[in-house]
Amino acid sequence: MIRLLSPAIFLAVVAALAYVPFVADSYGVTLGIGMLGYVTLATAWALFSGPTRYVSLATVAFFGIGAYTVAVFSETIPYPLLLVTAGAIGLGVAVVVGFSTLRLAGVYFVIFTFGLAELIRQLVTWYEVNMAGTLGRYIFLPVTPEGIYWQLLALATITFLISWWIGRSRIGLALKVIGDDEVVAAHCGIDIARVKLALFAISSVIITLVGAIQAPRWTYVEPVIAFNPTISFLTLIMALLGGANRLMGPILGAVPLFLLFEWLSANFPNHYSIILGLVFIAIVFVLPRGVLAFAEENWKRWRRTTPENLPAVAE
Amino acid sequence: MLEVADLSLHYGRHVALNRVSLKVGKGETVVILGANGAGKSSLLKSIAGITRPDGGTTISFETRAIVGRPAHEVVEAGIALVPEGRGVFGDLTVEENLALGAYAKRARNHAKESRDFVYDLFPKLKERRAQYVNTMSGGEQQMVAIGRALMSKPDLLMLDEPSLGLAPVVVGELFKSLGRIRERGLALLIVEQNVKMSLSIADRGYLAEAGRISGDNTAEALLGDAAVQRAFLGATH
Repeated sequence: MIRLLSPAIFLAVVAALAYVPFVADSYGVTLGIGMLGYVTLATAWALFSGPTRYVSLATVAFFGIGAYTVAVFSETIPYPLLLVTAGAIGLGVAVVVGFSTLRLAGVYFVIFTFGLAELIRQLVTWYEVNMAGTLGRYIFLPVTPEGIYWQLLALATITFLISWWIGRSRIGLALKVIGDDEVVAAHCGIDIARVKLALFAISSVIITLVGAIQAPRWTYVEPVIAFNPTISFLTLIMALLGGANRLMGPILGAVPLFLLFEWLSANFPNHYSIILGLVFIAIVFVLPRGVLAFAEENWKRWRRTTPENLPAVAE
Repeated sequence: MLEVADLSLHYGRHVALNRVSLKVGKGETVVILGANGAGKSSLLKSIAGITRPDGGTTISFETRAIVGRPAHEVVEAGIALVPEGRGVFGDLTVEENLALGAYAKRARNHAKESRDFVYDLFPKLKERRAQYVNTMSGGEQQMVAIGRALMSKPDLLMLDEPSLGLAPVVVGELFKSLGRIRERGLALLIVEQNVKMSLSIADRGYLAEAGRISGDNTAEALLGDAAVQRAFLGATH
């Protein structure tokens, strides 16, 4: 699949997506924004968490930082610079958090990242109430939905290209084996801490930018909205459904799940959370390694039935 | 080339290594013999930067102090370790494993010639370069592990129980390969329980016992030593 995806097809897909706002109605554009947002979030999440197997629930921490930076500085910093500011703040937080936590392993990392999102939400709330004397903020920026759509498309494209490039580079191979066996990876001469930190930072900056670009859509932001933990969970489950270790995985997970959740929240607004939880459980049980890996394994098993492909027996 | 002096290491209250000293000269093959739990693996891990030895330890390589340096810097200095239990990446192909071996800066520009050397040493790996390593036999995986370590262009190659779990005929081939690596001028530091095989390719040997070095001699003398015979040769493999 990846090999078939030649640059020409890739360009055609991006061009077609860029054309969508000219033909779609406003609901179509809104849907597109949501979809591109989650495709970018899931791809960025998988960039770090896929190969390293560090399951991060800090997605919304960075997403919220992006949205809040835009809300706070929307009147003092001109727009394009506003995104740069958000990205820089996201980078700063990612480096500090990365330095202090990437030595944590397994479930401790998961809990820490979940706590981090809550901590930042509480800090922002505290600051707004005690320092700024307000809780919510209005964002009045002359950015049209189409503008947001195109910015997200650009970010999604860049994220995809970064993910593709890392997958083929030496660092991508290094990341893969860090998830497998850190000790042996160190024997290969890989500076594990640095590789992990770099990837965590890249992934976090992209996530921050998604929040920053989408912020003007809301007009009104509160910490509860910007730091809604559901965003972390949705991103995680989308990446897992598609397969966090494949280039196309997060996209294949994000698109159908986004549409499903959109449909659910429109038709079953009261049972949305319950159904969300059930979908979550079902994915983890049925497809723990994602749709793509599942399909690939079955393909391999089928091919291996020829004798020369049988696995050799270990002594 | 490698000089270890007063290497001590403890895990909690358990003393794993107690003031161990040893030397490996340029191009020399040195084997460390000892029973399970003698601290042989801890010794290699300490040199490789995987575990951090106690204070007072000195480890230097080519006159540079490497004690306490992280593992990737030790690799850059020119020491590669083939850990016990192989240390290969099963989900990657042979070729990818080798590519990773050349991750170190010192090795990147020589990846092609290193790979040629590895394929020359283990022609089977060349045949199977596109195969996933977890579908290979134990002996083949050991070849991949050694190949991966050689890709980092080491001056000293350390091997932790390379013959563990391999069929006798495979062990013979393995030591033949190690002999050829040695001919290339690499220094080898081998921890082994297969005393006869390892001494046959070694220049010198150390005897490890309960976290200490209890003796050392030339390989020839050790092979003829009655105490060594009693302690190890009776219980080979």
